Amino acid sequence: MATGVAAWLPFARAAAIGWMPVANCPMPVAPRDNSKRQDELIILNVSGRRFQTWRTTLDRYPDTLLGSSEKDFFYNEETKEYFFDRDPDAFRSILNFYRTGKLHYPRHECISAYDEELTFFGIIPEIIGDCCYEEYKDRKRENLERLQDDQEENKDLKLPNMNFRETMWRAFENPHTSTMALVFYYVTGFFIAISVITNVVETVPCGSTANQKDMPCGERYTVAFFCMDTACVMIFTVEYLMRLFAAPSRYRFMRSVMSIIDVVAILPYYIGLVMTNNEDVSGAFVTLRVFRVFRIFKFSRHSQGLRILGYTLKSCASELGFLLFSLTMAIIIFATVMFYAEKGSSSSKFTSIPASFWYTIVTMTTLGYGDMVPKTIAGKIFGSICSLSGVLVIALPVPVIVSNFSRIYHQNQRADKRRAQKKARLARIRIAKSGSANAFLQSKRNGLLNELLELTGTEEDEQKLSKSTSLLESQHHHLLHCLEKTTAHEFVDEQMYEQNCLETALQTYPSRSPSLSSHDSSVGTCCGCRVKRNTPLPNASTPSAHPIPTHQGPLQELSAIHIQCGDPPSHTTSRSNLNLKTDDSGRINCKGGRITTAIISLPTPPALTPDGDGLHGPPQRRPPPPPGHAAAPSIQTTTSSDGTNIIKVSAL
Amino acid sequence: MKSRSQDQSFSDSRELDRSYDPLTGSIADDGELSTVCYRPEGLDRLVQQTNFSKKELQLLYRGFKNVTCMCFSECPSGVVNEETFKSIYSQFFPQGDSTMYAHFLFEAFDTHNNGAVSFEDFVLSLSIILRGSITDKLNWAFNLYDLNKDGCITREEMTDIMHSIYDMMGKYTYPSMKDSAPKDHVDSFFQKMDKNNDGVVTIEEFLETCQKDENIMQSMHMFDNVI
Repeated sequence: MATGVAAWLPFARAAAIGWMPVANCPMPVAPRDNSKRQDELIILNVSGRRFQTWRTTLDRYPDTLLGSSEKDFFYNEETKEYFFDRDPDAFRSILNFYRTGKLHYPRHECISAYDEELTFFGIIPEIIGDCCYEEYKDRKRENLERLQDDQEENKDLKLPNMNFRETMWRAFENPHTSTMALVFYYVTGFFIAISVITNVVETVPCGSTANQKDMPCGERYTVAFFCMDTACVMIFTVEYLMRLFAAPSRYRFMRSVMSIIDVVAILPYYIGLVMTNNEDVSGAFVTLRVFRVFRIFKFSRHSQGLRILGYTLKSCASELGFLLFSLTMAIIIFATVMFYAEKGSSSSKFTSIPASFWYTIVTMTTLGYGDMVPKTIAGKIFGSICSLSGVLVIALPVPVIVSNFSRIYHQNQRADKRRAQKKARLARIRIAKSGSANAFLQSKRNGLLNELLELTGTEEDEQKLSKSTSLLESQHHHLLHCLEKTTAHEFVDEQMYEQNCLETALQTYPSRSPSLSSHDSSVGTCCGCRVKRNTPLPNASTPSAHPIPTHQGPLQELSAIHIQCGDPPSHTTSRSNLNLKTDDSGRINCKGGRITTAIISLPTPPALTPDGDGLHGPPQRRPPPPPGHAAAPSIQTTTSSDGTNIIKVSAL
Repeated sequence: MKSRSQDQSFSDSRELDRSYDPLTGSIADDGELSTVCYRPEGLDRLVQQTNFSKKELQLLYRGFKNVTCMCFSECPSGVVNEETFKSIYSQFFPQGDSTMYAHFLFEAFDTHNNGAVSFEDFVLSLSIILRGSITDKLNWAFNLYDLNKDGCITREEMTDIMHSIYDMMGKYTYPSMKDSAPKDHVDSFFQKMDKNNDGVVTIEEFLETCQKDENIMQSMHMFDNVI
């Protein structure tokens, strides 16, 4: 229950008086508030700074440290206060959470220190209020990235039992691990460069021979270039196969971007080998050679900056998409306008709208080649509008992409800097530690002894406190129980409800009194489900019990409950054990799903309800007097009487 | 039902030279509504008017003030308006729809019919429910049911009330809620209460029947020690 709302529970319970005259059956007994304590001030001493608050304030959130009996571990008998040896500044915001129900994140606080405080006091960070949540999440993400970088460092340590495959994979991924990996790294890089240069030089006109005019080098020295190409492709193929072999998850590796680039880089060669002499497809084959340029992308394994660029573009996909979309819109609009504006003039280059696209693109990107120029006045006006708007449209999403790139790039820079600093730092720490190691150990041993002597156990109030924290819950449950009694219906959860709906649809005979009049447990099978039987009232005139088809799981729970209450169901018709049910309301709270300022406490375990039921068990061993009951059948239809005969199954 | 002899006193928030202590002092202005702050009457006066002790009133006020301070800014603090009332009440009944019943409750608490429940209204009603005599409690319940406050409960009024109570149960109940369940319940209620079968239940019939019914008498005492 939310903060202020817990204080209104007495009001809600009082308002239940409106149900009383309407109800037809007696109400359950309220949970007794045995420890009728007045609300008292609690002193919380946090490293010397004293905070004071009401006990009920802390009781609002019973599943945190301060709200539960866990704080008794910190109770100091002499000073009658709770002492916590934690940061008082951070504690302020934690205590404010209890007071206002909103958890704030102070911006000057270090994120990991704050997280530690929250963990210590048992508060989940997800309930930080909207005002501070973004900041918290941003800082947390930064911290995580830093931690990940640090972790990657530690991965360099050689694991003891790595097989050959894993070693190879690590060598591929991180060339600094061994000399072989470094050699491999440089060799592949060299060959990528060679391959790219070869492709480029192939097309350069090499000077004329005697009989022919200028031809590109590729055609002049065909054999040489072919050998070069073959060598490169062989290296790349071997590299790819080795990577494929070493990859921990081959399927995932084959799907990754780099492997696709690898494949695309070497495929044209093999395709060329296959179809050498076929004239028809040689044109297509030539086109395939274009794909050899993709080898240059293999450099991204070697260059950090390239990877960052790729990552940035990926992360700015939405901005890029928006840019593209708006550009396309603008291009189409302006091309149409220019086409119709220039339609009148003779010898106009704007022959069609697609032809105008070229003009629009060149103008909007402020290139202005000048091969297509508007000649009419209207065309010139619209042309100028086009170029002005082009500047705007392109300039808008670019800063977003730039800032993203800058952020990621700088993070990487920081990572490199940290790595360099770490070695020096560790070395210094090692020196300092070794000097005072022995003295430190000694003083530590002494300190532990002192702590042991000082430790005082104050667990006397724990019993009472544990009862009081769940008192709120028990009162709330009692309230819901009263509502159930008033309306003579019970709360169930969604699954049970659907089951019951199905079952009532399937049910053919309305009453099963013959089978129920027997006292022995008739756990028979019906439609393949195990039917739980209920003991009827001894002089039941109405079909007062109703078998519930349950599945195996809840049935076992039922039997567990039976065992707990100690009443063997076979020979008594007492309803106290039948009343045993774990109340759904607490759990339904949990199923609410919204985590606002409320820390929903866990539903009371079955252990609690016998306690509550035990209170009213003895005086209600016998069924209520018939007058109270006579009204019941008139309300109900054929399915059942008032809910007290049914054991409700809660799938906890 | 106690009728209040004194109007709620409004205090001018601009007069900050007086000591700001809402529970002890009150500044009786002549109905100046230029303020946005309602402060309740003095604690001592409330102790006299209700059956609560000082400590209990303090406890109640702390909870009350917490909620009113969380109100929206348009709502003057110091009173609870119907929306807040409904939202608070609905927190206790997550499965069903408690808005109608909360509305009826609000009408019952808001004795001055000014659309807001001040602390005095709140505490006076609570005092009747929790600490009043059995006749007072029954009177209060009757007043709750009597929606138009004309002294008798008609079938329509009772049906509305019953629907609102059943709405709080929600959809997922066992046995599943028939549409006629509230109506049947109303019928049984009238059968029990309406002695002269004139279609309405007057306060005398109500009191008489309730006082003869053991269950009702017992359950009326159930919440006596809620505070």
